[in-house]
Amino acid sequence: MRLTCPLCGDRDRREFYYYGAEDYLHRPAEGAPLAEWDNYLHLRDNPAGVLRDLWYHEAGCAQWLLVTRNTVTHEILGTELVAERKA
Amino acid sequence: MPELIAKSALEGRSVTLGNVTLAEVAVGPITSLAVFPAGGKAVAKGLKVLGLAMPEPGTFAEKKGARIVWTGREQAFLMGVDAPPLEGAALTDQTDGWAVLSVSGAGMADVLARWVPVDLRLAAFPVGRVMRTQLNHMNVVILRIGDHAVEIMVFRSMARTAWHEIETAMHMVAARAGVKI
Repeated sequence: MRLTCPLCGDRDRREFYYYGAEDYLHRPAEGAPLAEWDNYLHLRDNPAGVLRDLWYHEAGCAQWLLVTRNTVTHEILGTELVAERKA
Repeated sequence: MPELIAKSALEGRSVTLGNVTLAEVAVGPITSLAVFPAGGKAVAKGLKVLGLAMPEPGTFAEKKGARIVWTGREQAFLMGVDAPPLEGAALTDQTDGWAVLSVSGAGMADVLARWVPVDLRLAAFPVGRVMRTQLNHMNVVILRIGDHAVEIMVFRSMARTAWHEIETAMHMVAARAGVKI
């Protein structure tokens, strides 16, 4: 598996650290209802198909990446910098 | 205060095996520039004194003994000169934190291919490019300084390990070159 880092280019999977689902970017506001926090912390989709998750380029530019990939075909559909994404 | 003598990590040693030479090189002062949000203009102004600018991702530039190397998003290393007065960025002296090894010769890419998970051949990694990657499990910064030459920046605490790894690979490649199949 290879990921194309927007800064470093095409790199091997061993340079990256996996964090988890994109949901971690959408932290509930302070005082949000408990159900929302429960959802943020514990409830994850497990799609057979396209999903977006967070990877850290620890052996490269030390940036967090938002990777869109397909769990069925193993295709990497896109990578973007978390720091420069449009919210 | 007693006068302290600055010593390099590997006493400037060098070794040649087959067509590859490994050597420690002295690069002078190293200063990290971490640009503040919206600090870009001030940094550009400060670097103009040296005839340099913030490098594009994956590149480095040299001018009159000063070198500026991309090392991350909104971050660069200024090498070879003392940092000029600079607004708009956090400056950190990194001089003692790094050891710099040069690997040169026709077999350079063959040797490093044994440790580095990125294509280092000239077509994929031309002169003037820099990358952050790994040498075995050590994080390094690799600069392409010539057609058959790179400089590898490694954390000073890992200098001797890096030296050992590269020298071992040089032995392997040199031995293999002598084997007739």
